[in-house]
Amino acid sequence: MRVAGKGVLDRSRSVPFRFDGVRYAGLEGDTLASALLANGVRLLGRSFKYHRPRGVLTAGSEEPNALVTVGRGGRQTPNTRATVQEIYEGLEARSQNAWPSLKYDLLSVNTLAAPFLGAGFYYKTFMWPKAFWEKLYEPAIRRAAGLGALSGLPDADRYERAYAFCDLLVIGAGPAGLMAALVAGRAGADVILADEDMRMGGRLLAETQQIEGRSGQVWAGEVLAELAAMENVRLMTRTTVAGAYDQGTFAALERVGHHRARAEGQPLECFWRIVAKRSVLAAGALERPIAFADNDRPGIMMAGAVRAYLNRWGVCPGRAVTVFANNDDAHRTARDLVAAGVDVVAVIDSRAEAPGSDLFEVHRGAQVVGTSGRLGLEAITLRSAAGERRVETDCLAVSGGWNPSVHLSCHMNGRPTWREDIASFVPTPGAVPGMMAAGACNGAFSTLACLREGAEAARAALVELGRSVPPLDLPATEDEPYRLTPLWAVAGKGRAWLDFQNDVTVKDVRQAVAENYRSVEHMKRYTTQGMATDQGKSSNVTALAVLADATGRGIPETGTTSFRPPYSPIAIAALGAGGQGKGFAPERFTTSHKASRERGAPMIEAGLWYRPSTFPAPGEKSWRQSCDREVRMVRAAVGVCDVSTLGKIDIQGPDAGKFLDFVYANMFSTLKVGRVRYGLMLREDGTVMDDGTTARLGEHHFLMTTTTAAAGDVMRHLEFVSQGLRPDWDVRFTSVTEQWAQFAVAGPKSRALLNELLDAPLEAGDWPFMACGPVRVLGVAGRLFRISFSGEQAYELAVPARYGDSLFRALVARAEGLGGGAYGMEALNVLRLEKGFITHAEIHGRVTAYDIGMGRMVSAKKDCIGKTMSQRPGLMEADRERLVGLKPVGAVKLITSGAHLFAKGAEPVRENDQGYVTSAAYSPTVGHVVALGFLRRGPERLGEVVKMVDHLRAVETLCEVVDPVIFDPEGGRMRG
Amino acid sequence: MRITCPLCGARDRREFYYRGAALALERPAPDAGEQAWDDYLFLRENPAGETRDLWYHANGCGAWLVVRRDTRSHAVLEVRLAGEGAQ
Ligand SMILES: [Zn+2]
Repeated sequence: MRVAGKGVLDRSRSVPFRFDGVRYAGLEGDTLASALLANGVRLLGRSFKYHRPRGVLTAGSEEPNALVTVGRGGRQTPNTRATVQEIYEGLEARSQNAWPSLKYDLLSVNTLAAPFLGAGFYYKTFMWPKAFWEKLYEPAIRRAAGLGALSGLPDADRYERAYAFCDLLVIGAGPAGLMAALVAGRAGADVILADEDMRMGGRLLAETQQIEGRSGQVWAGEVLAELAAMENVRLMTRTTVAGAYDQGTFAALERVGHHRARAEGQPLECFWRIVAKRSVLAAGALERPIAFADNDRPGIMMAGAVRAYLNRWGVCPGRAVTVFANNDDAHRTARDLVAAGVDVVAVIDSRAEAPGSDLFEVHRGAQVVGTSGRLGLEAITLRSAAGERRVETDCLAVSGGWNPSVHLSCHMNGRPTWREDIASFVPTPGAVPGMMAAGACNGAFSTLACLREGAEAARAALVELGRSVPPLDLPATEDEPYRLTPLWAVAGKGRAWLDFQNDVTVKDVRQAVAENYRSVEHMKRYTTQGMATDQGKSSNVTALAVLADATGRGIPETGTTSFRPPYSPIAIAALGAGGQGKGFAPERFTTSHKASRERGAPMIEAGLWYRPSTFPAPGEKSWRQSCDREVRMVRAAVGVCDVSTLGKIDIQGPDAGKFLDFVYANMFSTLKVGRVRYGLMLREDGTVMDDGTTARLGEHHFLMTTTTAAAGDVMRHLEFVSQGLRPDWDVRFTSVTEQWAQFAVAGPKSRALLNELLDAPLEAGDWPFMACGPVRVLGVAGRLFRISFSGEQAYELAVPARYGDSLFRALVARAEGLGGGAYGMEALNVLRLEKGFITHAEIHGRVTAYDIGMGRMVSAKKDCIGKTMSQRPGLMEADRERLVGLKPVGAVKLITSGAHLFAKGAEPVRENDQGYVTSAAYSPTVGHVVALGFLRRGPERLGEVVKMVDHLRAVETLCEVVDPVIFDPEGGRMRG
Repeated sequence: MRITCPLCGARDRREFYYRGAALALERPAPDAGEQAWDDYLFLRENPAGETRDLWYHANGCGAWLVVRRDTRSHAVLEVRLAGEGAQ
């Protein structure tokens, strides 16, 4: 219920929301947890394994219990911590892991099965018989144990990513973080102050101590106003710094839209990468529970959380509150409650020397040994020197001390350091280069110590950044000592919970030790302690202490706790922001894309490029009809095809020729200006890397083409060879793939077509095969190459990309006038197969120049990349699988790529494998399927009939081994 | 992770392509023999400690870089242009 006169939220604004279908009202500034507690709702969920009733334990992102599902359909977010979710008008939240309802959860019988679900149950209970695991146990466990579920629908929300840079990143905006940001901001440094909360101030919002005679909230507000006015300071609320990485890189998640109704166009979350020269970790501390029997009932909460709900949200989670602690700090909870007029039953302090009070009863040297209440706390059992007695109370505020939030300091493999005086771990200096810890996360718990450490960390960072450092001027505030005597687990019967989220008990840890899982790493995996989504934030240190006790070792000798990114869970959708749909694979369009689509061409993907497969004519019902027509059209008249996706690399410099000799297997320095040559490029290990034509445009100027797929690889390779292996050679490379639109014009009427467009028509003897040079086309300066990938007389005409669309339209329109037209990738593939030209289907990364019949292209006159290794005996053996053509000769006429080749009479098993088919297509020119493949001793077996078997498609075809060049082997059409 | 390109300044590692040991710069002579070529192409150290790698500033200036770094701490100790030589 709300407490009059308490809280720092606006009481005039009522906000309606729903939980499990019931309508409630909260206040603006409430979390779902504070609003439900204000409405007297204590039961929020069921536990992971045993379906125990659970309520709110904490007031922050460390919450292990109060997980709910927010929203519906494609906007459903499971496992949302009620302590983080802000309420807004229209918020709809539901409890999880309960069936049929939260109050009557039938699966809580899991509790009766506890003996089977205890430590190590994953390892032993369900191991035998083996088949039972898959069929019986796993489905049953999956149904019974679990957290919230995804909707199964595509995520309807938007996510973004963003980048930021600063001198100093301050992580956490409590007293230490505020002070660090203030000192650095006043000194002029670029500062980012990030805090996961909706409101900055940290514990100052939850406590009643004064700073400079004002409340902590007011002081924080003044500092924030000053920071907000500084241009060099960026304040990021609702932003969790989730990971620390190399060289000052941090990951942060900003929750942009979770606190309000969805607005069109606004992202839900933004994933930040922040690069900071220095950082201050001011992440505060998390209070830890004490393990005692049945310490998990709704109504049992952290003492600091009870204080936060009272002081910040004006909510008291109970009518009669009891405090159970081992330290002085928890006594503040009782003091604040009494001051607010709430009934405090007693403070139960395990320390014999605990301080007394005039305001409330203190039981020194006493412990809570049990609790009762079916769906929420009704009473506790108090054990003191006077014996055991039942005490009625509906809220128990527990404190076992505070654990510094060392998490980010562990993200680069650093291990935290044990400090005996606070019985916990602190960050090890230098664990993250450039990061300094300050305040409670560094084990400094008084307000003054936090302010001082924050200021000092900022001053140290300023020194390292070479900036002038202002004098230290600390505000006046409390500096009370933090006194604690460790109490980890209360002895006694019953289940005492450590990890609330994974349902791990003290007994489970002891069981692990009994079975010799004594290492902390083994214990964790055996019991699943700390392996839930909260990474054991509340429980790891206590579990380590229980393990230490059970093994008779000290805590630092037993081990440390470590944490990995992210600090708190991040949706995959946020990590992948920008990578959904087309963001994952951007589309590259050629300049003819629009015209091709207008002609009804279906597009196929070639890497990121989109290329037309065919240009269907009216009445054509299948791609094969279109493809056959386009092939015949090229062979009989003229065809136009966009080949701009091939990589184009402009190579210039006095050593360009020498360089090409070095990266190509064959010679280029001897190529004459105005000529083109086919080149074969090897990897240094001797296998074929890529092929293509390279034109010599000038004495020191070449234009290389690469295959579409290898354009990026070849560019990187050329730069490597130039910069890394031949730095003294004067040659430079520029990728011009996107600068030029290039069209193949192929067929007997290709010259006639070009002459309709070129400013100066071609004469019959001009431009022989493999000639190149500048031309003017419709008044535009372009380039013409007499090269052919179809076996016909053919040219490639290139113009600056901005003329590509109009040139393509002009070429196709005029080609149609000559009985030709546009052709697509399918026809292009058939045309090249008829000629035995290879693509990356053949040069797939395992073949040598020798294998494809080009062994003699590796020039003997010079060294080149790959030459030495290509001459290894194993790569030159006649027995290798070598390139051949194939044609069907039996009843079955189908050849499929990927199929394997066997001797005619051999059984088609792996041991008899003789090769495989790489490409196959129906040739309308020769009237049967033509194919390329690799066959052992292939070129020596021309005329032999082999058996092709496609085991996947169940095809078996007898094939004759033929020369790869099936059409016009003399090349007369191409040269003519 | 960030790499300071000598030409562009400190950049996120996503701008760079990783190639492997800087040994790739020390190409043997054609007649250096099988062992030298085998070492050059296929044998690599896997040190816990200092290492020299090749990185390519693909989404930047296109420079090949030799990055000296520590595999234990991920600290980047030195970045040089590959053209300045392997040492
Ligand atoms: Zn660069």
